[in-house]
Amino acid sequence: MQLPILSILIFFPVAGIVFLLFLNNENKRGLKIATMAISLAEFCFSLPLWFSFNGQTAAMQFVERRDWLPTYGISYYVGVDGFSLLLILLTTFLTPICVLATWEDIQHRVKEFMICLLALMSGMIGVFVSLDLFLFYVFWEVMLIPMYLLIGVWGNPARRVYAAIKFFLFTMFGSLLMLVAILVLYFHYGATTGTYTFDLLKMYGLNIPFHMQFWMFLAFGLAFAIKVPMFPFHTWLPDAHTEAPTVGSVILAAVLLKMGTYGFLRFNMPLFPQAAHYFVPLFSILALIGIIYGALVSMMQKDLKRLIAFSSVSHLGFVMLGLFTFTMPGVQGGIIQMINHGLSTGALFLIVGMIYERRHTRMIADFGGLSTPMPVYAAIFLIVSLSSIGLPGLNGFVGEFLILLGTFKTNKLYAILGATGVIFAACYMLWMFQRVMFGEVTNDKNRDLKDLSWREIAIFAPLILFIVWIGVYPSTFLDKTKATTENFLAMMEKAKETKVSLSQVFRGEAP
Amino acid sequence: MTLNIPSFQLSSIGPALTLTVTAILILLLDALSPKGRKTYFPQLSLAGLALAAFQAIGLWGRTGTDFARMIYLDNFTFFFYLIFILGTALTVLLSRQYLEDYGKNMGEYYALLLFATVGMMLMAAGAHLIMIFLGLEIMSIAVYVLAGLFREDARSNEAALKYLILGSFASAFLLFGMAMLYGAAGGTLYLGDLAGRLAGATALQPLILLSIALLVVGFGFKVASVPFHMWTPDVYEGAPTSVTAFMAVGVKAAAFAAFARVFFLAFLAMKMDWNMLLWVLAVATMTVGNVTAIAQTNIKRMLAYSSIAHAGYLLVALVAANQLGAVSLLYYLLAYTLMNLGAFGVVILVGRKRDSYLNIYDYSGLGFQHPALAAAMALFMFALAGIPPTMGFVGKFYIFSAAVKAGYIWLAILGVLNSLVSVFYYLRITVLMYMKPAEADLGPVLFTPAQTAVVAVTAFGVLWFGIFPGFLYDLAVNATKIFPGL
Repeated sequence: MQLPILSILIFFPVAGIVFLLFLNNENKRGLKIATMAISLAEFCFSLPLWFSFNGQTAAMQFVERRDWLPTYGISYYVGVDGFSLLLILLTTFLTPICVLATWEDIQHRVKEFMICLLALMSGMIGVFVSLDLFLFYVFWEVMLIPMYLLIGVWGNPARRVYAAIKFFLFTMFGSLLMLVAILVLYFHYGATTGTYTFDLLKMYGLNIPFHMQFWMFLAFGLAFAIKVPMFPFHTWLPDAHTEAPTVGSVILAAVLLKMGTYGFLRFNMPLFPQAAHYFVPLFSILALIGIIYGALVSMMQKDLKRLIAFSSVSHLGFVMLGLFTFTMPGVQGGIIQMINHGLSTGALFLIVGMIYERRHTRMIADFGGLSTPMPVYAAIFLIVSLSSIGLPGLNGFVGEFLILLGTFKTNKLYAILGATGVIFAACYMLWMFQRVMFGEVTNDKNRDLKDLSWREIAIFAPLILFIVWIGVYPSTFLDKTKATTENFLAMMEKAKETKVSLSQVFRGEAP
Repeated sequence: MTLNIPSFQLSSIGPALTLTVTAILILLLDALSPKGRKTYFPQLSLAGLALAAFQAIGLWGRTGTDFARMIYLDNFTFFFYLIFILGTALTVLLSRQYLEDYGKNMGEYYALLLFATVGMMLMAAGAHLIMIFLGLEIMSIAVYVLAGLFREDARSNEAALKYLILGSFASAFLLFGMAMLYGAAGGTLYLGDLAGRLAGATALQPLILLSIALLVVGFGFKVASVPFHMWTPDVYEGAPTSVTAFMAVGVKAAAFAAFARVFFLAFLAMKMDWNMLLWVLAVATMTVGNVTAIAQTNIKRMLAYSSIAHAGYLLVALVAANQLGAVSLLYYLLAYTLMNLGAFGVVILVGRKRDSYLNIYDYSGLGFQHPALAAAMALFMFALAGIPPTMGFVGKFYIFSAAVKAGYIWLAILGVLNSLVSVFYYLRITVLMYMKPAEADLGPVLFTPAQTAVVAVTAFGVLWFGIFPGFLYDLAVNATKIFPGL
């Protein structure tokens, strides 16, 4: 019998929570060590996914299926393919790093914090492996609660409640409309095939009339676009990122945002392929606005965390631009860029968190010349910044290059506009880096800052390893996703030839 | 002239009979036993309720009518029996310490509670409109008195008086509607016959529509739907908290039982006519309830408006008027019973002696002073907001799927948007509990075993049946087979 790896991955953190409940509240070190052990064990459990994953096939692997509510066609159905594999590994890889990063940062209500972190981990993995729409929706919503608590309880006292509620309501708004769309889809499937099921893979082949695809694409798309976040639904992001504790920002940026882009890949596009083609211009243009607008706004930020938050809007714009090309390099680039963004933006938030722990400020104006007292910090910061900009040899370049390549094939204008985003990225990152790190130490408080400790270096070492690895030899990762992407593209290609006008949609006519 | 007494079986109304006997016994014992030795009434009530539950389970599966076709014997009825018994039992458990603090732990309280439950049972079982009306009155009169239990408290008096006057008014509407229906149907009020008779009476269509409208007013009042909700906040706030909990779950469930039975059995052919009306009522109820709840700072008032909003969600199930709608109604009422009683249990525990802490700001900092209590409250809030993995989510999921299945996609969209609004005020409680420092030291909370048990059991139920809803779903499907037209 095959080991149910995915169930272990989902429920092991839950078992970990139960274990933590029995530990003493006051034993903060013990709690952190226990959580560290749990998350490392989880990471080890996830390694077999990588090693025994068969990159030659687009089929779901490690599939587990059990009836949950059979009369309703709901089952506990999980599986992994190329799209989800890397994201799951990113999640399990980052969680121990996050726990390590809380060592000094989180000093009160440690137990509750760790419980939230583990619950979040369980929920995130659940989202990435669900192949049943109901199950997916449950995980999608459940995961909101721990994140909401992380921002609201451990965030920046001044505005944390505002940010937490904004985060919750924005995400909930999108997902509730998605729930209605899921129900419409469910009953449509039942009406056309006679069997009622929430099984995602069965629904892929369904021939849905275009006017229904149109609305359902928008309903699903809104939920995911808010999560990504795409312009103009991004306004929750800067607040949530800025107010969240460091680890919250890291997970938010590295994993939660990816749920949006993953949602497009897994649900929106394959379920409603004709509508997806129809919406290419709209979503590409929104993505481009996100890229350029995010970059320009970043440039003007005074707060480091806010700057990185807006840079996320820009980076995720690239991902969306790539996905909506429906070309091999575009989609592959989009997937790898999701991972890249997780690594480099996660690292950037950690970097800001570390300086915040030392100085209790994140304002760019308060710094300057930090490379003198903190040379190791400066070196790591520089590598991560360059990776975020997309310097060849580091991971960001691979993703952005592939995306622009794919875009160039389909629409040259989009590619040119998108490329300006790379230039702007260089502007805001390097300008920020210059103001923070170079020059004379102007503020006396910065003169005696301690450089990174071994623990902090240990946090970055694995991140930088992968930043360089993806930059130098991305095939290790691209090979795993190739078959899935090919299958996805073939599916999308079939649906290409539909020409519809908007008036037909509103009159509910089939093309 | 001879008087024919039709044959009947007492076991058909076994649960109601048991509760009546228990209630009378309590009243007698109360009168006969010396002062100061009257602490066993809760136990006695619970024993009666347990027996009634046992009887109801024994009846499960029986079909037909009894008492000259006055009451139905079917799983729909028995399902509601169990909801009522559960709601009443949890209320009894919550009451004792709460009432003792007020010096009101009296026999008549428990007797009235049981009488009200009997009324609810008759409403759910009624096969004749007069039977439903009698049940409604038995229940209402007992609840009027319960609302005014704290005679010395002006707000309790206000609650009782307001409820009595407006309630009588609504009952009159209901009765008037029945009278017109009697005329239109040619002299029958048996639910089973009505559908056939009304189908034949095409010339009397306006009269029938008027009577439907009047029945909607009567039932709408009892379920607290907009625009018949004006009494709800004041009565819920003024009544003793345990009675509020009882009203919010029991009265609502009973009214919905009758509402659903009458409309699904007698008026199903005229679905087109009343669907639009209920559609508007549902949207108005959800919206007014949720939006007004945002502005409340008294927790009881907030839960009152939230209960109005929940009546709106339940109306959506009625609008859908399909089998799934009926199932979702049953499931949701059970879910609502558990989560709302749990929430009121926390309110009573936090409120402590004589309701000293009813402001929502009294919950500030609760999360870290009483973690378990706050976690339970957070669970109930998330459940009421409809966030998985709780019963509240599954219930809403069923209701909105029923609406989508019936083609009311816009209603489902308005419903989910309303859930979003409700998230805001439910979240505020969790914000206060976890994200605000305590304004003052909350001091010790007296965890009496009975009240703690209610919170623990409901919390467990809300979570367990939220993750494994299959059993209750099948039960509800079984119970709604009685509506052939759905």
